[in-house]
Amino acid sequence: MKHLLFSVLMMLFAPNLLATDMPLNMTQGVTEISSKVYHLHMVILYICCAIGVIVFGIMIYSMIHHRKSKGAVAANFHESTKVEIAWTVVPFIILIIMAIPATKTLIAMEDPSDADLTIKVTGSQWKWHYSYFDHDIDFFSILSTPREQIEGKEAKGEHYLLEVDKPLVLPINRKVRFLMTSDDVIHSWWVPAFAVKKDANPGFINEAWTKIDKAGTYRGQCAELCGKDHGFMPIVVEAVSEADFETWLASQQQLTEDKAQQAQAALNQTLSQPELMTLGEQVYLARCAACHQPNGMGLPGVFPGLVKSPITVGKVGAHIDIVVNGKPGTAMQAFANQLTATEIAAVVTYERNAWGNDTGDTVQAADIEKHGQQEAQ
Amino acid sequence: MNTANETTLDGHNQGADNDHEHEPMPTGIKRWLFTTNHKDIGTLYLWFSFIMFLTGGAMAMVIRAELFQPGLQLVEPNFFNQMTTVHGLIMVFGAVMPAFTGLANWLIPMMIGAPDMALPRMNNWSFWILPFAFLILLSSLFMEGGGPNFGWTFYAPLSTTYSPDSTALFVFSVHIMGISSIMGAINVIVTIVNMRAPGMTWMKLPLFVWTWLITAFLLIAVMPVLAGVVTMVLTDKFFGTSFFDAAGGGDPVMFQHIFWFFGHPEVYIMILPSFGIISAIIPAFSRKRLFGYASMVYATASIAILSFLVWAHHMFTTGMPVFAELFFMYCTMLIAVPTGVKIFNWVATMWRGSITFETPMLFAIAFIILFTIGGFSGLMLAITPADFQYHDTYFVVAHFHYVLVTGAIFSIMAAAYYWLPKWTGHMYDERLAQWHFWSSVISVNVLFFPMHFLGLAGMPRRIPDYAIQFADVNQIVSIGGFAFGLAQLIFLAVVIKCIRGGKQAPAKPWEGSEGLEWTIPSPAPYHTFSTPPEIK
Ligand code: HEM
Ligand SMILES: [Cu+2]
Ligand SMILES: [Cu+2]
Repeated sequence: MKHLLFSVLMMLFAPNLLATDMPLNMTQGVTEISSKVYHLHMVILYICCAIGVIVFGIMIYSMIHHRKSKGAVAANFHESTKVEIAWTVVPFIILIIMAIPATKTLIAMEDPSDADLTIKVTGSQWKWHYSYFDHDIDFFSILSTPREQIEGKEAKGEHYLLEVDKPLVLPINRKVRFLMTSDDVIHSWWVPAFAVKKDANPGFINEAWTKIDKAGTYRGQCAELCGKDHGFMPIVVEAVSEADFETWLASQQQLTEDKAQQAQAALNQTLSQPELMTLGEQVYLARCAACHQPNGMGLPGVFPGLVKSPITVGKVGAHIDIVVNGKPGTAMQAFANQLTATEIAAVVTYERNAWGNDTGDTVQAADIEKHGQQEAQ
Repeated sequence: MNTANETTLDGHNQGADNDHEHEPMPTGIKRWLFTTNHKDIGTLYLWFSFIMFLTGGAMAMVIRAELFQPGLQLVEPNFFNQMTTVHGLIMVFGAVMPAFTGLANWLIPMMIGAPDMALPRMNNWSFWILPFAFLILLSSLFMEGGGPNFGWTFYAPLSTTYSPDSTALFVFSVHIMGISSIMGAINVIVTIVNMRAPGMTWMKLPLFVWTWLITAFLLIAVMPVLAGVVTMVLTDKFFGTSFFDAAGGGDPVMFQHIFWFFGHPEVYIMILPSFGIISAIIPAFSRKRLFGYASMVYATASIAILSFLVWAHHMFTTGMPVFAELFFMYCTMLIAVPTGVKIFNWVATMWRGSITFETPMLFAIAFIILFTIGGFSGLMLAITPADFQYHDTYFVVAHFHYVLVTGAIFSIMAAAYYWLPKWTGHMYDERLAQWHFWSSVISVNVLFFPMHFLGLAGMPRRIPDYAIQFADVNQIVSIGGFAFGLAQLIFLAVVIKCIRGGKQAPAKPWEGSEGLEWTIPSPAPYHTFSTPPEIK
């Protein structure tokens, strides 16, 4: 009710409070292809407008001049083969003229050969995973807009819902090939500035490509309904010069190595329960809360709650197992390759002690590692 | 039983020589439950459709209220998805299709000079299973886990592995809707083929009858495909098959091929009868014969045939081979030709006519202009490279609402105003009706036109929250939406007022209208054309 009242008030007073300029037309984008697509769009739009002006013009003319109140008397004609052939053939010719550039552009768009760089894009509920072929770099890219902004408890930032924790970084002036796939339902990877929109189908691989002309940050969104948080899985691409890209690649490779070392070191580390709980809460809110909800209650009938559930207050092993391996055939993903052992240990500890679960259990990175080894045997 | 009732409703004006015996007509609820009369069944269908229109409309209001401003205010994303899904299903299967079947029931026998539909008992069934289908669908919203939340297009595997348990109810209700549609379609075909009055040759059929005949063939061709695909969803989800699951050798994209092989003809199922309605109304109020009758028939038939060759234009981004994309692009562009022929014919009919602007004509004119705008955006969507940018954005939402709301639904309202005097025996309140028209036509454009811009600016469809830049336009759209919703209450008022009373309608209330239905008194007697009329 309060919301409703608020909405009504907003309607009356605030049409311009949030004014940011929205472009009213398709973007020209920053690639040769996107500019071709834009021009196709404009040509077909102009053709439609021209036909519209003629047809509606004639119609409005007769609405004004051929009205009964003006004394118009109805004529008697009701067919004319010549006219009818004309208005079948002329549109046909216009369509052929339109089809020629459309065909050319389409064929160019669908040719991903001779790429300089290949990136595998994997959608899953509700995040993107990028993996750079031949570079041993891969990471997840997740919405970074804070929940408070979405729920209206904080002012919304400039890039509300179009910001991620770690953007995809691409070089300009190089042909980049994307291989799209999905781990669960169908998603669709769309960046308007590149005119690339391609479905990520589970179990299949789709190809697309782009060659960016201008450095900058480009934003897009998932375009195929993929469940509850379909509106919350944006795409951010950072396009940088080729030199900067090489530097970035090197820094990422370093990062990967450092992380591996850290993870190795963490295996021998024992964290205190408060430490685990703090880290666990962070991980939980970022990765788990979308389904199981921040308060652990889940959505009855859709996503199970974790409060006093058989898993979270039952055997530790089973709990670790479902987080590490997921549950096939459901939305529960395998987090083994998404989180480090320390993070998994922390989040399991958190789930076992938060919301009154109070099992008192602590799980360490080494336990996760042990679980993996037992499995391997 | 109630003989007074019987005599008032049964005018016996078709000459005294009718040899049929009437059973006494039941009264009250029984009359409607057991009726086999095409007029009663038509009325039931029309009221049912209107109730569904309001139900689906209420869901649209929830959607527009949530989208009134950025952020999550009123509903959870999961519930939002249920609203978009059920809104779509209800409007397509509950509002538009039953309205056309209702019009077919009322009008086809009267237009071809037949005493009733050919299969009256089946007619009763095909209506009475419908309310159950929708009760099942709506009740699933109250199940644990909620109702269907995968979009009206229910793409797998979102609708299989990842869907709520209520999916079984969704599947079952779609089965019932399909059975109802198929029975209705069989009835229409059998009636038109067998029960035309002597002399009512094919090329004399009113266009509404022609377009419905073709629609009925489309229905029979594609409703089983829909039934098949929902069954595959059911077995994938509950019985371990893998039609759409790559892990078991299936293919999720195959779902889309099957669905759209139904889905594209389906959109023509929802527009061909409109073409028939508009082809009756434009000549009537232009006081001039329809231009190009024969080409109208051929155009309808070619649209119907082409509609089987374009389904994959909904799937350009799924990763089809280039030659397939080209094939579907060309075929889709081709559909614009016969569609254009129709528009040109209507304009040529108005040209040098003697036009008046009663409410049916206003809706018909709005139909021509706004449906054409929807056709233009359809043509734009057909251009595959551009569709990569438009697809799954508000541009598509704008497109299909122009063709379905200002197309199909406006034609249904035009039809209601045009034939209300025949159905009720009273003239509707013209002033109130004009209020309905003007408030609808203005609000509907505030509602749907800015959606084109949202789509071009990059707003995806089916999202409960959006980036800040889309805020202003969404606000305008929502205001248009609330206004359009309210405006439909005026329609309800006009119809109720017209049923209750009003100026007595003559047999032929519109100066320029033509057809057998205008040769019988208003209100149309309970039984008409018990003896076939004379056709000149
Ligand atoms: C000139 C005629 C038309 C053409 C060329 C055309 C073309 C298209 C194309 C290419 C799409 C796919 C857009 C996309 O998803 O990217 C589309 C969507 C759609 N069209 Fe049309 N269309 C035409 C007329 C109609 C008519 C007459 C109707 C219904 C009365 C209609 C209803 C729809 C619907 C419901 C969708 C969206 C379905 C969905 O994804 O939910 N269209 N149209
Ligand atoms: Cu999505
Ligand atoms: Cu289509």
